[in-house]
Amino acid sequence: MVKINDKRMSRRTLLKGAAAMAGTAAGAGVITGFPTVWAQNIKDVTITHIGSIYTTNPTVAAQAAKDLGFKVDMQTLDQTTQINRMLTQPETVDVTDFGNTAMGYFKGKNLIMAIPVKEYKWWDQTVPLFTKGTYPNGKPYSMQGYAPIKSQFWSSADATDYSLTPTDWIVGIPVMYNADTLGVRPDLVKRPITSWKDLLSSDFTGKTALQDGVGVGVPDAANALEANGDLTYVDKGNMTRDEIDKTIAKLIEYKKAGQFRSFWTDFDQSVQLMASGEVVIQSMFAPAVTEVRTRGIACTFQGLKEGYRGWYIFQMAMKHLDSGDKLRRDCVMEYMNWCNSGFNGAYFSRQGFYSSVPDTMKKVLTENEYGYWYDGKAATADILDPFGKVMEHAGAKRDGGALWDRMGNVGIWNTLMDEDRYLNKRWQEFISA
Amino acid sequence: MNKTANFASLLQITPFALVMLLLVIVPLGIIFVVSFFDYGYAQIIPSIIWDNYTDIFFSRVTLDLYITAFKHVAIVWAITAVLGFFIAYYVIFLVQTNFWKAIFLMACAIPFWTSGAIRMVSWVPLLGREGLVNQALVGLGIIKEPISWLLYSDFSVLLSYVNLLTLAMLGPIANSMAKIDQSLIQAARDQGATEWQTIREIILPLAKPGIAIGSIFVITGVMGDFFIVKKMSGSQINTPAGSIMNMITALEYPPAAAQSVIMLIVVLGIVAAILRVVDVRKELTQ
Repeated sequence: MVKINDKRMSRRTLLKGAAAMAGTAAGAGVITGFPTVWAQNIKDVTITHIGSIYTTNPTVAAQAAKDLGFKVDMQTLDQTTQINRMLTQPETVDVTDFGNTAMGYFKGKNLIMAIPVKEYKWWDQTVPLFTKGTYPNGKPYSMQGYAPIKSQFWSSADATDYSLTPTDWIVGIPVMYNADTLGVRPDLVKRPITSWKDLLSSDFTGKTALQDGVGVGVPDAANALEANGDLTYVDKGNMTRDEIDKTIAKLIEYKKAGQFRSFWTDFDQSVQLMASGEVVIQSMFAPAVTEVRTRGIACTFQGLKEGYRGWYIFQMAMKHLDSGDKLRRDCVMEYMNWCNSGFNGAYFSRQGFYSSVPDTMKKVLTENEYGYWYDGKAATADILDPFGKVMEHAGAKRDGGALWDRMGNVGIWNTLMDEDRYLNKRWQEFISA
Repeated sequence: MNKTANFASLLQITPFALVMLLLVIVPLGIIFVVSFFDYGYAQIIPSIIWDNYTDIFFSRVTLDLYITAFKHVAIVWAITAVLGFFIAYYVIFLVQTNFWKAIFLMACAIPFWTSGAIRMVSWVPLLGREGLVNQALVGLGIIKEPISWLLYSDFSVLLSYVNLLTLAMLGPIANSMAKIDQSLIQAARDQGATEWQTIREIILPLAKPGIAIGSIFVITGVMGDFFIVKKMSGSQINTPAGSIMNMITALEYPPAAAQSVIMLIVVLGIVAAILRVVDVRKELTQ
């Protein structure tokens, strides 16, 4: 008999589970991946996945339930709420996901499970960004900011500290990643944009914007300041106090001179700024660029000579699963393996994100889609977004080209700095100035 | 008072006292305690430090934050008080039928018919550089280049506050005015008072409690807001409440708690001052 000790399981579901167990003899083992005896009682399992707007959506949740035979309750939360929920009610969460701006929070917190590499079946096919800390051609990538290898491995099974070299325990399974750059309105800029320094160019005074935050906005600003020759850094993604002081001082100078039109906090704001023409060049995320374009407004997102700002999202399992119900833990692992098996990756690939297991995408995307999104080829037919809306017509090419033309040229990664506390204080001064 | 009556009244206040204790006093107590704690990455470290308060008291930023907030409060208060008073006066004394009074008061709530986020986004096509106002002004030949200070500026923040908080001022004033005995006004007119004299000598003094309550709403509304100021300034203006929100986003609870304690004291001080000037209790017991 499987032990069911989940607090959320009511007496009723327990009874149903028991009845289902009795019925297992009838042999209804249609669900893949599980031994037949489990097939009946997993249908009473619901696992809770909390995540961002990019990683949780009803379409994928419904497909997961259909493929796996148990329910996945996806909840979309903002990052602050998500972390609070994990810290204060860890047992109400099974699966969670975060990008590199939050990975620094989980060291020594006893929150996240150390996943044995052998339990994750796509590891061998995962891009070496995560498995080895290099590009596919073996070259090392920029270690400025929270590079993937900085938060991919636990140093040991007790899951307290990260290891910079591969171990047998992974912090999370890599889900999606991308390379961001400056979004540009080519019709209003009227000259080629080649460098991050154009964000600070006097040609665009009062027409630029930055993401409002220390994990993305500051790296973008630092990229621009360095490119412009205003400052030099040892590591823009992990500044010293002195570098922070100089950065903030420079930014205040630019702010007072009216360089920035606005700082945006959410996706919609960045779209609105660009679409309305309030801003002609700004920090931007890929789906926001896509959104501007679907409104029929030209918006480019091409590479700059200092490289892209890279990011990734890890999906993690909560540590309480290791000491709890074995069946629940198995379901969670099954779900995490499912997440990189095709459907989910195809869904977000059509929004412009990259899958950590690109090979699985070849099976679920059409040749035209794979060519457009991953190989940088011209579309041979209309390109549809995940909702079936036409995004690009035949002949269109993705900005920046193929996967490794973009992803192989990362200058800095989204970050959480060691001096975060100090940086936040100084950032307040910048906003107040 | 006999013992039974005493017990009955104790019983009556118990539910509310419990609610206040559990949902207001205890959380405030926790905030106060946490404000002295140390912190790390998404972590509250329960060891007492003074830094959270010394950072506030010895920082130029704090002064800037409060100067900005007080400037907003003063301007918004002055505009909403004048607007609120005269709109209320018009609706209560000059509109004849109760039907139209209700319609007019309801019309004042139109800004609240949509969600805050949508309201904020909708200002962009109106006030933006390419927005309707600028297009109209350029089209009429009044200006040559679009004005950029209409949006993401002090102006747009104040405009949005006035847009939303005028109702908070108008409501209590209209309520006070509605309670004024019409025969008083009639008497003033019979004595030959002009309209302006009636307003100054009769209506304004009797509407004072309403103005005081409206002022409390407006002042606490502006002081406590972080959303409007962030969205309408494009995150370029910081206030005490905005700075608290920034710290919460960075998961830095102890300094956010310290800033909250200071802000609470400041706001309570302002409210106490208003209550000293105007006897609101008189209004409520009428």
